[in-house]
Amino acid sequence: MSRGYCLGIESTTDDFGVGIVSFHGEVLANVVSTYVPEKGGIHPREAARHHAIVAAKVLTEALERAGIRHEELDVIAFSQGPGMGPCLRTGATAARALASYLNIPLVGVNHLVAHIEIGKLTTNARDPVTLFVSGGNTIVSAFEAGRYRIFGETLDIAVGNCIDVFGREAGLRSEEGFPVAAMVEKLANSGRVLVLLPYVVKGMDLSFSGLLTAATHLLRDEKHGLEDMCFSVLEYVFSMLTEVTERALAHTEKTEVLLTGGNAASKRLQAKLEIMAEEHGAKFCVVPKEYATDNGAMIAWTGVLGYRHKMFLPIDKSFVRLKWRLDEVEIPWVENRYAD
Amino acid sequence: MLIKKGAEASLYLEEWHNRRVILKKRHSKKYRVPELDREIQVQRTKHEPLVIQRAKEAGVPTPVIFMVDLAEATIIMEYVEGKQVKQVLNDLPQEERINLCHYIGRLIGKLHGNGIIHGDLTTSNMILTPQNRVVFLDFGLSEQTSELEARGVDLHLMKRALMSTHYRYADECFRAIIEGYEGVVGERATREVLSKIVEIEKRGRYVSER
Repeated sequence: MSRGYCLGIESTTDDFGVGIVSFHGEVLANVVSTYVPEKGGIHPREAARHHAIVAAKVLTEALERAGIRHEELDVIAFSQGPGMGPCLRTGATAARALASYLNIPLVGVNHLVAHIEIGKLTTNARDPVTLFVSGGNTIVSAFEAGRYRIFGETLDIAVGNCIDVFGREAGLRSEEGFPVAAMVEKLANSGRVLVLLPYVVKGMDLSFSGLLTAATHLLRDEKHGLEDMCFSVLEYVFSMLTEVTERALAHTEKTEVLLTGGNAASKRLQAKLEIMAEEHGAKFCVVPKEYATDNGAMIAWTGVLGYRHKMFLPIDKSFVRLKWRLDEVEIPWVENRYAD
Repeated sequence: MLIKKGAEASLYLEEWHNRRVILKKRHSKKYRVPELDREIQVQRTKHEPLVIQRAKEAGVPTPVIFMVDLAEATIIMEYVEGKQVKQVLNDLPQEERINLCHYIGRLIGKLHGNGIIHGDLTTSNMILTPQNRVVFLDFGLSEQTSELEARGVDLHLMKRALMSTHYRYADECFRAIIEGYEGVVGERATREVLSKIVEIEKRGRYVSER
């Protein structure tokens, strides 16, 4: 294959990221700018406004870091969904403009597929059971017959959302580079006493909303120390996640476990999964932090895979897909990977 | 003799008072703190035989329970001859596959009609016996409730299990299950649970509206 480059744009929620990846899978640049709300959660319109303001700067910086000129790009990829409409549209607009100006193909990438693919690229996992955990998603998936099938997922809110809301209810505030989830974990490390909460696993699916309600009520009662509450919430949710991942691993009989997504940085979750994987003789892989949270490199790399299979997206059909499910996407490159 | 090491428990085929029995031992999980681990183990070991008995009373074949030991988190139960539905479903001729699913649907209808939610309806938890009975196993995650929500989630899990393991036949199988189910619980209850399933699926984080 000729030397080539893909530029990928990620703008699903609060991150605007641009990555440049060679066709061989070498990441040349991965620049991210994150919208930090003054209080509360992410407001889609405010996040989109942030993306529009920083877009040109982030794009320029990515090209400079990669040390290539824009004429050298062969394909533009963008995160087409799922995510927040205004945010996705901002990234899509930039991607369409670049592709049409440079007259090169456009590839629409499923954000969830991208998280799995960058995980495989950076950890050398070949065919893992993947646990994807973030503020918007909680999915256990594995490749079967042409697609990443969903074996388990949350029936209500995402685990990252559960931890964030709990943390904010406890009065914690996110700061640049130190999200609420990290603060909850830091407090949990000094917690000792387990407070009983609802443990809700249904088959391979999970539910966190009842646990969140119970935990917030207990916070208001002020009977337990904040450290113990953080410890208990994380013990419960991470045990639940590990249990369903274990079920998927036993069910699919795969030999690798891959942890990815914004909450993959949790050392407590990593430790649990590692113990579980070891018991099953499976290899445990975790995505490096810069590729765990939303980033442009994962979109660019998945764009390369799509480009190889000529999955080009005409600009007039490049509308964003807010609720695009992981298991709707055909993955033609996985079997080919084994063939070569 | 260990015959299956599952995620949740190990199954041993043993000789017990001149009988072939299954000894189900729940694993202690090193990834859970001991207090939580113990809580979950005792709760599930105590709960499972109770619901297995209720299911039998509802007319759903389940293994006979011989002994329960909470301290050891073990249950001794009847060894059921046969094959997992998971192993046979894809290879059956279409008509037999539909009939089998129809039968499974009737059994799920009996459970739900009697306020029993299995909690882990997959084709690995059903044994097709040489006498063509289907025996339901593994009630470790079951609940006793007649809430519509719980029935919806239970059937949604069945559908999901079919889609991930028997994706080629998932649609026809699920349709047959629902037909069998309807024969037991009636048209109205079936319509309610089906619209609940749609609602549950939409609640999932990302679902395209169809």
